Amino acid sequence: MNMKALTLPSSLVETLGRLTMRFNIFKGMKIGRATVISIPTFWLALFFFIPFVVVFKISLAESAIAIPPYTSLFEWDPEEWYLQIQMTFGNYLYIFEDALYVEAYWSSIKIAAVATFITLIVAFPMAYLIARADPQKRTLLLALVVLPFWTSFLLRVYAWMGLLKKNGVINEILMGLGITDQPLQMIQTDFAVYLGIVYTYLPFMILPLYTALEKMDLTLLEAAEDLGARPYQSFFLVTLPLAVPGIIAGCLLVFIPAVGEFVIPALLGASDTLMIGRVLWDEFFLNRDWPMASAVAIVMLVLLVLPIMLVRNGQDNKEAN
Amino acid sequence: MALSQVKNQESEMTSKKELPLWKQDGAVPFLRIENVTKKFGEFTAVDNVSLDIFENELFCLLGGSGSGKSTLLRMLAGFEEPTSGRILIDGVDMAGIEPWKRPVNMMFQSYALFPHLNVFENVAFGLKREGLPRSEVKERVMHMLELVQLGHLAKRKPNQLSGGQRQRVALARSLVKRPKLLLLDEPLGALDKKLREETQFELMNIQEELGVTFVVVTHDQEEAMTLATRIGVMNNGIVVQTDEPHDVYEYPTNKFVAEFIGSVNMFEGRVMEDEIDSVTIASKEAGCQLFVNHGINCSPDQKVHVAVRPEKITISGEKPQQTVNCAYGYVEDYAYMGNMSIYKVRLYSGKEVRVTQPNANRKSTERFTWDQEVYLSWDEESCVVLTA
Repeated sequence: MNMKALTLPSSLVETLGRLTMRFNIFKGMKIGRATVISIPTFWLALFFFIPFVVVFKISLAESAIAIPPYTSLFEWDPEEWYLQIQMTFGNYLYIFEDALYVEAYWSSIKIAAVATFITLIVAFPMAYLIARADPQKRTLLLALVVLPFWTSFLLRVYAWMGLLKKNGVINEILMGLGITDQPLQMIQTDFAVYLGIVYTYLPFMILPLYTALEKMDLTLLEAAEDLGARPYQSFFLVTLPLAVPGIIAGCLLVFIPAVGEFVIPALLGASDTLMIGRVLWDEFFLNRDWPMASAVAIVMLVLLVLPIMLVRNGQDNKEAN
Repeated sequence: MALSQVKNQESEMTSKKELPLWKQDGAVPFLRIENVTKKFGEFTAVDNVSLDIFENELFCLLGGSGSGKSTLLRMLAGFEEPTSGRILIDGVDMAGIEPWKRPVNMMFQSYALFPHLNVFENVAFGLKREGLPRSEVKERVMHMLELVQLGHLAKRKPNQLSGGQRQRVALARSLVKRPKLLLLDEPLGALDKKLREETQFELMNIQEELGVTFVVVTHDQEEAMTLATRIGVMNNGIVVQTDEPHDVYEYPTNKFVAEFIGSVNMFEGRVMEDEIDSVTIASKEAGCQLFVNHGINCSPDQKVHVAVRPEKITISGEKPQQTVNCAYGYVEDYAYMGNMSIYKVRLYSGKEVRVTQPNANRKSTERFTWDQEVYLSWDEESCVVLTA
């Protein structure tokens, strides 16, 4: 009897305790997960998706002398209960009709692609050396790669102007050494644009390459040598294929922002260096044609997103196999 | 009679067929390691090692970690250059010859399979470097994959294979170039016990079929025992004994080998009588006189060790006839293992002795329990005197 009296309430308490515990953990997990997921979701919605919808909306409007300078898509007459939707695809049509835009896209993609390739060529040996350096030195070398970020991007581009201009540091050294007697035209050339992009985006290429190369098992190279591969063959047959994920990541990180680059061509490029970022800027600020500028931006987004998705899908499939 | 003579007598009795190459006078070794030393800064990894390894041998370098066995293997492959000494493979001095030019292939401990290539491409890697025609590459790769029973997995990537399958791919890859000398670094280390036993025999079959000379590095004495034609036991960069597995176990030449391979009971003692073909030793630890039927090189009253393997000791409840090689103690602990029983016997000198006894009969009366007083005795032929 006594035993029962004791056990009954204690088991009751235990069961209750268990229930609340389970309930709490369950609930806690749900809230935790929801919170973790909601922050980036909210962020993306607020700062990416909504602006994107707004820009897309503007791209379907027509330019007007008003504030804001475009026609509205929806007109609501409350007295008549009359909703008028007016949208035009004229801006998009115009982009493909006017050679300027097509050329600007083409030229941007070309400049970005060439610059990305040069960045890859420059970054690979650097990433390789860092990945193969002593572990203690690696941290220092990586810090040096990231160090330029401590200065504003804009200031660094201005610094390049100082270096490249006609009476700039480089020309003065060259003339001082008697290598040239005339200052070289370096600023306001495509060369300066390439230089600026390669310089600016180099760390974005080095870091993913480094990660891929550092992960590599070095006995694979010994295995390759053991099977008769000379060092250059080991590089092309083992090191390079294993660095492919890093190469893809680095190239995307450089290529995407380079296509839309505005500051570098504006400050270092010639007036005829045609890049879509500048066209967009001109449409927006000089022509005050917001709908056109928006359409240019949307087309650029589509042009960039499609190939990236294809690359990613290709990679996923490869991994799945 | 010295220890080596006893050994020779025994092997002459047991092997009626042709003597193995390493016992023939004037046989030319396939791989000759001459006074090879390797230093990393101040540290000497391999210390003046000389070895002759013959054609079709399966030679095991056995040692603990840091014994220098892997460094020696890497020097054979060409990944390290000896600080001094020479390595001759088939009579050719390997000094300055790069790994990709050596007639040697290696199977790596981690297997080092190329993760971006499938099984076929991994195995074909070496043949393609030789510039062989595509059809021949395919034929040889498929033949090799059939040999290791992986023909059906040719299209798989290494990460889709089990450990045992990967190991077989690595083996196929290192054999497909038909090297004269195959180096294997802990070939079975990553496999579980059952798979390891299976693969051991498979490895031996392949070796016999292809007639390649194998040098295997391992820390696993069981692996070395099963695989090897001869074992070179390494410690601190030195090869302390080179012998056939049986001899390494039964006739260790020094304390390290005796203790490293199998388990052993070591009795310390002093030489009392040193005859040409026998030694009598007084041992406080054993609590009796020890008599060994082989001669040693020693000075009178020298401190020596007598090694007796646990399975060579007979455990008994009654005092045996013999007066030498007979110790007295009590059972401190025992374990019934099914096929055998292990006893830990504490002698009155405080020395602990390990004895294993096969359970030959189901209802053995000779089974002992805790604190039971027992006599331990062994044959004069079953123990070895070690001076080093």
